[in-house]
Amino acid sequence: MLWVLMLHSLSIRGHYTSSLLATLIETAQTQQSNSEDIRCKCICPPYREVEGQIYKQNVSLKDCNCLHVVDPMPVDGKDVEAYCLRCECKYEERSSGTIKFTIIMYLSILGLLLLYMVYLTLLEPMLKRRLFGHSQLIQSDDDVGDQQPFANAHNVLSRSHSRSNVLNKVEHAQQRWRRQVQEQRKSVFDRHVVLS
Amino acid sequence: MSLYYFYLSYFLLKSSNFMILFLNSYHVSLCVSAATPTEEMNGAGNLMDFLDEPFPDVSTYEDFHTIDWLREKSRDTDRHRKITSKSKESLWELIKSLLDAWSGWVVMLLIGLLSGTLAGVIDLAVDWMTDLKEGVCLSAFWYSHEQCCWTSNETTFDDRDKCPQWQKWAELMTGHAEGAGAYVLNYFLYILWALLFSFLAVSLVRVFAPYACGSGIPEIKTILSGFIIRGYLGKWTLLIKTVTLVLAVSSGLSLGKEGPLVHVACCCGNLFCSLFSKYSKNEGKRREVLSAAAAAGVSVAFGAPIGGVLFSLEEVSYYFPLKTLWRSFFAALVAAFTLRSINPFGNSRLVLFYVEYHTPWYMAELVPFILLGVFGGLWGTLFIRANIAWCRRRKTTQLGKYPVLEVIAVTGITALLAYPNPYTRRSTSELISELFNDCGALESSQLCDYVNNPNMSRPVDDIPDRPAGPGVYNALWQLTLALIFKIVITIFTFGMKIPSGLFIPSMAVGAIAGRIVGIAVEQMAYHHHDWIIFKNWCRPGADCVTPGLYAMVGAAACLGGVTRMTVSLVVIMFELTGGLEYIVPLMAAAVTSKWVADAFGKEGIYESHILLNGYPYLDVRDEFTHRTLATDVMRPRRNDPPLAVLTQDSTTVEDVETLIKDTDYNGFPVVVSRESERLIGFVQRRDLTLAIKNARQKQDGVVSSSVVYFTEDAPQLPASNPQPLKLRRILNLSPFTVTDHTPMETVVDIFRKLGLRQCLVTRSGRLLGIITKKDVLRHMAQMMNQDPESIMFN
Repeated sequence: MLWVLMLHSLSIRGHYTSSLLATLIETAQTQQSNSEDIRCKCICPPYREVEGQIYKQNVSLKDCNCLHVVDPMPVDGKDVEAYCLRCECKYEERSSGTIKFTIIMYLSILGLLLLYMVYLTLLEPMLKRRLFGHSQLIQSDDDVGDQQPFANAHNVLSRSHSRSNVLNKVEHAQQRWRRQVQEQRKSVFDRHVVLS
Repeated sequence: MSLYYFYLSYFLLKSSNFMILFLNSYHVSLCVSAATPTEEMNGAGNLMDFLDEPFPDVSTYEDFHTIDWLREKSRDTDRHRKITSKSKESLWELIKSLLDAWSGWVVMLLIGLLSGTLAGVIDLAVDWMTDLKEGVCLSAFWYSHEQCCWTSNETTFDDRDKCPQWQKWAELMTGHAEGAGAYVLNYFLYILWALLFSFLAVSLVRVFAPYACGSGIPEIKTILSGFIIRGYLGKWTLLIKTVTLVLAVSSGLSLGKEGPLVHVACCCGNLFCSLFSKYSKNEGKRREVLSAAAAAGVSVAFGAPIGGVLFSLEEVSYYFPLKTLWRSFFAALVAAFTLRSINPFGNSRLVLFYVEYHTPWYMAELVPFILLGVFGGLWGTLFIRANIAWCRRRKTTQLGKYPVLEVIAVTGITALLAYPNPYTRRSTSELISELFNDCGALESSQLCDYVNNPNMSRPVDDIPDRPAGPGVYNALWQLTLALIFKIVITIFTFGMKIPSGLFIPSMAVGAIAGRIVGIAVEQMAYHHHDWIIFKNWCRPGADCVTPGLYAMVGAAACLGGVTRMTVSLVVIMFELTGGLEYIVPLMAAAVTSKWVADAFGKEGIYESHILLNGYPYLDVRDEFTHRTLATDVMRPRRNDPPLAVLTQDSTTVEDVETLIKDTDYNGFPVVVSRESERLIGFVQRRDLTLAIKNARQKQDGVVSSSVVYFTEDAPQLPASNPQPLKLRRILNLSPFTVTDHTPMETVVDIFRKLGLRQCLVTRSGRLLGIITKKDVLRHMAQMMNQDPESIMFN
């Protein structure tokens, strides 16, 4: 059922969310493959001359008690029971695969966004200036006196080449998005109308 | 060569467009469909469809306007009736009607899955990046400190946090682990990392999604009451908010992630709404989904599914029918389940500070609990007033022109002052976790440095009868400094241009105050155990005072003082801690803090921000008790130009266009004629504009002097006149009317309960004027001696 839903949403825009979901759930289901991902942690407080100690071992839940984990036992035979009564043993598990996947994916998304941001703010105006020269740059009306990099130079580009329909539409979509972000930026940062 | 360079740079420019191919699909409008009206369940058009600019439908709304709840409800009823009647025709139609009924639950399932996943990702990334400020794990760089030392073999208490795989930066760079040089280097690198994270966060917000800043809850409250903010719940906002939330929390600023997680969950809700036309085309139904999504957001933020549903009911939602209650419950459940299966904390708990003690509390302890409640109320008032004053200053003066500098400055100051104090150096969640936890044998922190009598026969963790050691007094000093620091810095942090929540900082302030009071009471009980109250209460050998409980109660009091939550707060707190015995102290503190805070000002932090921004939010809790009438509020007033109306069959297209151009009213009443002024209906400005534009393009024969008529049959005109234009289908034949002597109390009630945008005022059947929601809000503000001009939107 879950896979049907995944495929259903895959056929529609927003497929990146579903692929993220799919891979994450698959990773979650394959935890425990690493034996280092489970452990039993026993904390034993000070007892007579013995100091407080912490013992860790990669054992499963049924072996998670003082006798299996505390090794070597610091007290002799008759004191073992009294010592073990004070110890508190907790079973913990984690999924190292999930952690690795999540952190690496997050860093790559962050990296992509940073690259795109650097491109938008620094490289694109430079490239446009080199391609078309200063005289042909068309500034949109709202950008007068503004340092925004979203200058509308794509009109120049579109007039000089004939292209397929898809590229045209993609460009228009991107232009629409930029205009929207500019509007949002004006409302939030300049006019302080929303989200002050 | 130059040609090659030309093509290379051209290719670079073009290839960037494909990066945003799928993300930019429906950015222009959220509730407009580019597909045909007969589209049913899935909007799976081909690639070209969603790249087109969507053609605005007649029944959509403009940005920053209020929706018409009644119209949305009636459209949904129509749709449902059509589907039900068609379902009897064939088996396929029956299946389609069943799928339509189930689509709500499918949306909830998807929302729960995505919110849980995103919350898990955020938790893991925050955990790692917070530790990155101090050091790095050498064996696997993606592990945080605790994860890195998971399999280490250090066995003594003192070395419990050290392991050779994880090294601080100074140790890595210079090889020295201790000493003044290492301390200064660690300090410097801590500040550097914090500045880097916050700079990245504010840059990303500024460049990609300016709506991703702030908490999000005031705007979501307004959206759920019927306001439209396009792009606020969009895909880019979702992506940027998730990414920058991690950066903002990791930079050590005094903010939390709960409020932004509600925004993230609502963005997920909006994302999945666009899959089904039942929700994407109907703004009223969409808001039902968003209410449930908000519940899922709180559920994963706190690990409190039921608290999440109650939070959505009490704080966020405007209309909350029973159906939304069940759907919210399901969404919160799925989200909690997904988060648990990702298991970010390695011990099957959903939240970092899950505590499990069950020590009883005593009746006499209600006195310090109520004192903590008073503290929470006072702090809430102080915080709200100071924060609103600072935000107003940011809005109106030069401070608002430098958002990036402001963020960097606040981060720098926070990092500079937070590093020396061990209680503020670590993340706020860890601080709260330590303060909530009772001292047992496991604790080695300074707070649990009690003097142990070596001749005691009882086990060590029987605390109450022990005097505090020097470590505890040291910790008390540090905690007091931390308290003052947190109180001051949170005022300047909340509201900056990065995602920021305030649940965790408020709980931290309360927890610190509570723990201090708890230790004070405990020591008083030890040193003066011969006083009457303590004699009955603290018997030797019995657990007497649990400072961790005081910390919990303090956290609840402060959070209640700031947000004015009651039931949802208590439920969240006892779901956080699992202590059902402590409901009564939590309730006592929450009630006290709400009373004290309400004595100084009625609005919580979210309502105050709504007032600051001037959103058209008609609060259901306000009571209107003045004796004004509808005539006092309606427009036009005595000196205003007369009401702009359309007649039913004598206005021309040119007149209508002039009227639209000259005025900026959102709608026009339609009367029989200018002499009789009897009301026929109401027509919206947007519908009128679109219909006339449509008619000019599509229908031939329609010119500027064509007559516009709203009746069923065309008026009798000489044959030489151009073809008349019938606009009956955009006319609302049942506008709400009140008479001029209706008390404003009733009018406000009608606006609230029905979600109206405007209401017409008549006298003896003749149209007199109009009252809009903006007029109502301005009137209420005037009555409460606030500035009526601050209401900006309608």
